[in-house]
Amino acid sequence: MLIRSSDQNPRYTLLKRFPVPRNFKTDRSSRITRGKLWPAPSRAAKIKRLEVYRYDPDKSANPRLDTYEVDIEDCGPMVLDALIKIKNEIDPTLTFRRSCREGICGSCAMNIDGTNWLACTRFLSETANPAAIYPLNHLPIIKDLVPDLTHLYAQYESIEPWLQSATAAPDRERRQSPEDRHRLDGYYECILCFCCTAGCPSHWWNGDRFLGPAALLQAWRWLADSRDEATGKRLDELEDPFRLYRCHTILNCTRTCPKGLNPGRAIAEIKKMIIQRSS
Amino acid sequence: MTHSHRPTSPALQIYRPQLTSVLSITHRLTGVALSVGSLMIVAWLVAGAIGPSAYDGVLVFVRSWFGLVLLAGWTFTIFFHLCNGIRHLFWDTGRGFALRTIYASGWAVVAVSTALTIGCWAAAIFLAWGVE
Repeated sequence: MLIRSSDQNPRYTLLKRFPVPRNFKTDRSSRITRGKLWPAPSRAAKIKRLEVYRYDPDKSANPRLDTYEVDIEDCGPMVLDALIKIKNEIDPTLTFRRSCREGICGSCAMNIDGTNWLACTRFLSETANPAAIYPLNHLPIIKDLVPDLTHLYAQYESIEPWLQSATAAPDRERRQSPEDRHRLDGYYECILCFCCTAGCPSHWWNGDRFLGPAALLQAWRWLADSRDEATGKRLDELEDPFRLYRCHTILNCTRTCPKGLNPGRAIAEIKKMIIQRSS
Repeated sequence: MTHSHRPTSPALQIYRPQLTSVLSITHRLTGVALSVGSLMIVAWLVAGAIGPSAYDGVLVFVRSWFGLVLLAGWTFTIFFHLCNGIRHLFWDTGRGFALRTIYASGWAVVAVSTALTIGCWAAAIFLAWGVE
């Protein structure tokens, strides 16, 4: 079916996951076992089940999938509300990142029903029953839904995401025409939640060297900035078989961005810019 | 503080198949299938160069049900790879990146390559009837 914006859920799903074995290409310690069921209290009015990925670094056990029964009559409307309710009332050991609860901090990015989104902007009513809650994909897990983002932040840092200029600093702000400013629309809004990079198959297989959609969108944001004067240097750094060109235009990034941005287009613009400067 | 060996969160094992990723992996698989198919074309040409008996041997294989299934598969494969390749060319020019365009062009590739496959075989069967 036609998807018009990234917040749209498909009306039906032919396949919930790719037809590969559950433990396909997973090392022994990453295999997920069945966890326990946390039943709702008997007075619960309307029960919703959430299957949540759990991993406890203090025990030498594999990750497991716990099932929580949540009374959604007595719960906020969002997936994050359910997670907070679980932590407050059912299982205080459940660990996840959250801060703003309104989709601007990017902390609660996770894999919900097979796609990456912010738990605070995904309605519980939009999820399956049981809803499947996993951490962002293909990352080392610190605890439960908290992945280690060190590598992704390092990749972001490697594109030098700050204004670089050789001309002397002006007395006042660096001015920009409205047209030049508009070139940043759709890119400056990125909140670095890494939903896109974690959902990119190319980054799963080559994440050590491929920068991934989030860092590349940011790279384009600085390339497109009329005030930045390091365009040539930035392109030199990006022109690499892995850093940039491991993007095969799969476009899972654009499909999953919770801010409705378009990393796929940003990467295409970078590739175009590299071709244009060499011709 | 750091754990000796942290588990890796699941990715391909749980990520939902979407038109974006499904067409992408199909593009790659059809590319591989076409490479194998090109060997078949070479075998066909070599057999033709060797002589009538070798050529008849290839024809027997091609006309068997297994050969026909392979040919039908390669027909769809080449049309899909062609159509999706054109989609990629548009992307290379920076066009067609709106999410609705990505989905519209994706479904168009599926529809057109299916229609071309059916049309190609309809034409082949029609012509074969004319010969016999």
